[in-house]
Amino acid sequence: MKFDAITILGGRDKDGNPERVGSLTVRRGEIFSVIGFTGSGKSRLIRDIEQLAQGDTVTGRRVLTDGEVPEYRFRREPQFKVVAHLTQNMNYITDLKCGEFLRIRAECRKIPSPALNAERIIETANGLCGEPIAAATPLTGLSGGQSRALMIADTAVNAAAPIVLIDEIENAGIDKAAAMRTLVDGDKIVLAVTHDPMLALAAKMRVVMRNGGMERILGVTDGEKLALERLTEINAYSLEIQRRLRLGETL
Amino acid sequence: MSDKKQKIVIVGGPPAAGKTAVITQLIRLITADGKTAAVCKIDCLKTGDRETYAALGVAAAVGLSRDVCLDHFLAVNLEEIAAWGARKNADILIIETAGLCHRCAPATKNTIAVCVLDCLQGVRVPDKIGPVLSDCDIAVITKGDAVSQAETEVFWQSVRVLNPTAEIVEVNGATGSGAQYLKAAIDERQSACGVVGDELRRDMPSAICSYCVGERRIGNMYQQGIVTKMEFDE
Repeated sequence: MKFDAITILGGRDKDGNPERVGSLTVRRGEIFSVIGFTGSGKSRLIRDIEQLAQGDTVTGRRVLTDGEVPEYRFRREPQFKVVAHLTQNMNYITDLKCGEFLRIRAECRKIPSPALNAERIIETANGLCGEPIAAATPLTGLSGGQSRALMIADTAVNAAAPIVLIDEIENAGIDKAAAMRTLVDGDKIVLAVTHDPMLALAAKMRVVMRNGGMERILGVTDGEKLALERLTEINAYSLEIQRRLRLGETL
Repeated sequence: MSDKKQKIVIVGGPPAAGKTAVITQLIRLITADGKTAAVCKIDCLKTGDRETYAALGVAAAVGLSRDVCLDHFLAVNLEEIAAWGARKNADILIIETAGLCHRCAPATKNTIAVCVLDCLQGVRVPDKIGPVLSDCDIAVITKGDAVSQAETEVFWQSVRVLNPTAEIVEVNGATGSGAQYLKAAIDERQSACGVVGDELRRDMPSAICSYCVGERRIGNMYQQGIVTKMEFDE
C-alpha cells in the first residue's frame, strides 16, 4: 500500500471534550515527537494510528491515508500491516530461538527469503547492543538490551511499512540516538513517543498531549535548536562516562 | 416468549485468556448500537461474573456444573439457556464457558463459535487447545499490548495454521481496542434463532468411569465402566 501522508482527525479527550488539535498531518520523511506527562494519552495516540482508527476507538479519532479512509484489510491482517510499531516492551515471552522466530515472523509478513531476512535482523541488532545475539539463542534468554536491540532491528529491517511508531526508545539501555538513526533511516512517516528532551527536540515538530487529547503542535524554535546542541553534548558525555564505568574504570 | 430473532454466540477458550473482559467490551458496543444483549456464564464451582455483567445493565445468568463436565452441562442446558435469552428479549445471547480441558468444542453447528486466546501463553498454546480453537468461527487474540508486534504476528500465524478459515481479531480487553472488529465479525454472521435440533460440532468425550459416579479408592479392583489404561514403552 503506497501513500505519502497520514492525517489524524481529532476525537475526544478523557473528559469527552473535543481535542484542541482537530487535525494533524504527517508526511513521508517527517518525524514528529509525541510528548506529555504519564497518562496524558501518548500511547493511546500511537495505538489509534497503529489501528488506523475510524472513530471506533475510545478517543473517536480517525486516521486517513492521503486524505482517504484506508481499506479494511490494511487495518487487519499482519501481511497487509502498514504500521511498524516499536512498543515499550523490554522482553520477549515466546518460547522459540531467535533465528526460528524471525523466520516465522518473515513468513507471516510474506517476506521473501526468510532465513536471509533473519540474519540481517540479527546483524543489525548486534550493531546496537554490546553483547552479541546468536540465531540459536532462545528469545526468552536475551537480556533487556538485547531484546530491545532485536525489536528495533526487526522494525528497521522489515520496514516495508510506511508508518513507523516508536514508543519510548530511550528505555532501551542502549544508545538512543543510534537506535533512532537505525529506525528512521529512510522515507518514512515517523511518530516517536518520548520523555527524553533530546529526542523530543530532534524531531522537526512535536505533538504535546494532555488529558488524553492532542493539545498543541509545535515546531522547533531557534532557542530549542541551541538547547538540542547542548543536550546532544550532554548525551555524548553521559555515554562516554557510561562506557568507562561499564569497563570497570574509575573516573 | 418473544418472536425476535436471537443470535447465539458461544465463547470458549483457556482460563484467564480474557473471555470476560472481551465479552464486557463487546456488550458495551452492542448496547451502544441500540441492541439488547444477554449473557449466560457456565462455570464449575463459583464465579463473580454475574455481578460483572449485571453491572453493564444486561440480563445475566450463571450455571454451575459442579461435579459434571461443564461442556456436557452446557449441552444439557442449551435449550433452556436459549429460551431464557428469548424471554430477556435479547438480540444477541452470549454464552461464556469456562475454559478447562479443551477436549470439546462447546459450540453447535448453527451458533457462532468464538475462541479467546492470549498471546502471553506462547506460540505453542494454540497447538494444545484442540476443537475449541480449530472448530471456531472467530478467534480472538488478547493481551497483544503485552508483547512485541512481531510476537503478536507470530501468534496470529500459529492460530491461522490450526484454523485456516476462522476470522482472527485482536482485542484489548482492558481498553476495548479491536472489540469493534469482533462485533463486526458477529454482525456479519448468522446463527440459528433456536437450538433444538442443532448439533454439536464434535462428539464430546465420554466420561462414565467409576470416578465419575463418586468412587474415590485407587486400584483396578474398584474400576468399572470405560477404563482406558496407559501403555508404556519399556
